[in-house]
Amino acid sequence: MKAFMTRRKSFFVAATAALALSLSACGGTTPGTTGDPTVAETPTFAAGTTMEKLASAGTIKIGTKYDQPLFGQVGLDGKPVGFDVEIGKLIAAELGIPADKIEWSETVSANREPFIEQGRVDLVIATYTINDRRKEVVSFAGPYYEAGQALMVNKDNDSIKTPEDVRGKKVCSVTGSTPAATIVDKYGAELVPAATYSACLEPLRNKQVEAITTDNVILAGFVDKEPDAFKLASDETFTKEPYGIGLKKDDTEFRNWINDQLEKFEENGSYQKAWEATAGTVIKTVPELPELDRY
Amino acid sequence: MDAILENLPLYWEGLLRTLFLSTVSGVIALVLGTLLAAARVSPVAALRGFSMTYVEVLRNTPLTIAFFFAAIVLPRLGVTFDQFEVAAIIALSAYTAAFIAEAVRSGVNSVPVGQAEAARSIGMKFSQVLSLIILPQALRTVIPPLINILIALVKNSSVAGAFFVLELFGYGRQLANAYGDQVLAVLLGVAFFYLLLTVPLGILASTVERKVAISR
Amino acid sequence: MSSVLYDVPGPKARRVSLIGSVVGSLLILGLLAWIIMTLAQQGIFEGRRWAIFTRADVWSLLGNGIGATLSAAALAAVIAFPLGLMLCLLRISDLAVIRIPIRVVLEFLRGMPVVLMMFFVLLVFGTNAFIAVVAGLVLYNAAVFSEIIRAGIQSLPKGQREAGLTVGLTSFQSRMIIELPQAVRRMMPSLVAQLVVLLKDTSLGYIVAYGELLRAVQVMADFLGPAFLFPIFFVAAAIYIAINICVSRIAVWIERRGTKKAAGGVAKAEPEPIEAAVP
Repeated sequence: MKAFMTRRKSFFVAATAALALSLSACGGTTPGTTGDPTVAETPTFAAGTTMEKLASAGTIKIGTKYDQPLFGQVGLDGKPVGFDVEIGKLIAAELGIPADKIEWSETVSANREPFIEQGRVDLVIATYTINDRRKEVVSFAGPYYEAGQALMVNKDNDSIKTPEDVRGKKVCSVTGSTPAATIVDKYGAELVPAATYSACLEPLRNKQVEAITTDNVILAGFVDKEPDAFKLASDETFTKEPYGIGLKKDDTEFRNWINDQLEKFEENGSYQKAWEATAGTVIKTVPELPELDRY
Repeated sequence: MDAILENLPLYWEGLLRTLFLSTVSGVIALVLGTLLAAARVSPVAALRGFSMTYVEVLRNTPLTIAFFFAAIVLPRLGVTFDQFEVAAIIALSAYTAAFIAEAVRSGVNSVPVGQAEAARSIGMKFSQVLSLIILPQALRTVIPPLINILIALVKNSSVAGAFFVLELFGYGRQLANAYGDQVLAVLLGVAFFYLLLTVPLGILASTVERKVAISR
Repeated sequence: MSSVLYDVPGPKARRVSLIGSVVGSLLILGLLAWIIMTLAQQGIFEGRRWAIFTRADVWSLLGNGIGATLSAAALAAVIAFPLGLMLCLLRISDLAVIRIPIRVVLEFLRGMPVVLMMFFVLLVFGTNAFIAVVAGLVLYNAAVFSEIIRAGIQSLPKGQREAGLTVGLTSFQSRMIIELPQAVRRMMPSLVAQLVVLLKDTSLGYIVAYGELLRAVQVMADFLGPAFLFPIFFVAAAIYIAINICVSRIAVWIERRGTKKAAGGVAKAEPEPIEAAVP
């Protein structure tokens, strides 16, 4: 199938453009965005593929989280910013779709699968952990990042180092999130659910809960903002959350194509740049693209 | 379907928590609401003003914001609780009391004028008129709307899921995230358990209503 | 009415009540002052935290949220009210085959959490978030409106319907021409209160990711960081209260205009009907 896809010259174009952009970025792009990636000019795809349909429509619908700091969070202009968003822009650019032609919509945990199944979105890039249950109803490209769960505690708390230390203790996390389930099912903590992560900060500050748990990157963001109040219990993470790009089940061509693009983004440095502009403002180490799950 | 069956214990736990929140808040709200209604019809202008302001403010605030004040602002004032349920109960009962006060007040107004006049003519004070004559009659006629408010309270308790208390809806969202392939089934399960609480209450309301209607 | 409950207070009672009022008011003011002081000590009223409200983008985001809240609420109210009237007529139908199934449906609609109904509409019919929110609100509030109007009809003196039937109106005509207009007017306060509940319930749209006011507020608080949590929520509470009080006032004003035109519509000696809005 891959034979149908035209490898374009745009590889070099993109790479040089990326370089140019990274130089200009020093001049001061707003944090949280890389500036828009160079759009591939008139890419051609085999007829009947999803890529071809999207490219000729000139627009793509992408679902992302609006409340996930550093990954997908809506800014004051009403547009989402974050690493997920940057990945979305990069993929769209490869389809010849400029960033302003992307239709973003908010996906929350409960509507990700239905949105994909109903075709309300073409892609879901929303800190979306790949797992087998979800694979029954949607397909995943990627993973494009592997997050890990961690614990955040008050600065003066030295009693919690590992997740084993929170057994029977109160731990705050977001209602219905994967980390919330893990800390209860695996480590026997008492879950204190909240609507958003920032709502969790208050009970931690007041010592009504012992810790907050979610992906390390998000926690690092809070520590970064208030280093005198909070710290990570440990730099180690205790789960692996491979974030995938959700798309319609069994659209294998699209999935493979996205996987190819992800590899390309890493090669040409746009992946790293997307990271540095978003989550990289908190975690300096640029991650490597995890091994793709080509199933 | 297996998502529901496998997780029946979780649903059950959630149901109990929801029932607990609604029962305790319901009782407190009934007492508080009745007091507010009494204050609203009392001869003391300040009490009337207080009751009116309270009802006006609380009825016009979304429950989520009431929760925000109980669960996040109160601890900042030094009022902290070991159990987050306390904050949830404060928010739910303070909010529901406003609606109960309005219902009870309309009940008070529905008691025929002659009742109060007769009571006063035999020398009863305001507190006696209200507690011995008016409220017993008012509360009886107002039972169906009160039950409707309690039904709403059961459903409203789901907001607690966003403010540190894991109840039926919170468990539902948890399961919906874990069972990405069976979201609809998981939430139908949640709906079923809510109906398990609310429908009997609704039937009770209409039964009482029929009884009251006959005696009127 | 309330004056029926107690004798006109004499000079002593007035003095006692005045002293009580002053002391009570002072206590409440003192409590408020203490709350504000305590919060101020924690820096919650620092200017820099409130400076965000001088930014245009903050207000445009809030404005979008208000717009989304009002548009969903308005559309839902406009659909739910006639639907509620219709359900009410069916609910009190003389035919058991109509009455009983409608009762079951109403019981179901009232017992279901609105938030779940929104979600089911989204999942089952594959609608967008706006329609899901409106549909969820319509389903629930039509049921509540129906119950409120029914209580109004039942509170009317029997003579109204009897007179209607006597002059040769059909049962349906009597309901439409004689009973419903009176019932709706009598229940106006409850209907308005329910309208406010409907407006507030748009905030449940978060479940289907509808960007209404409360969602906008939460997302904004998350984006700006914990320092701004309190100011943003205080402002949100103020906006909601202001909007809802306006809605109530407008409705009361419309009602007043209506009653002037229909002078003497309802016999005042009748006790007020009881049916309250459900939160």
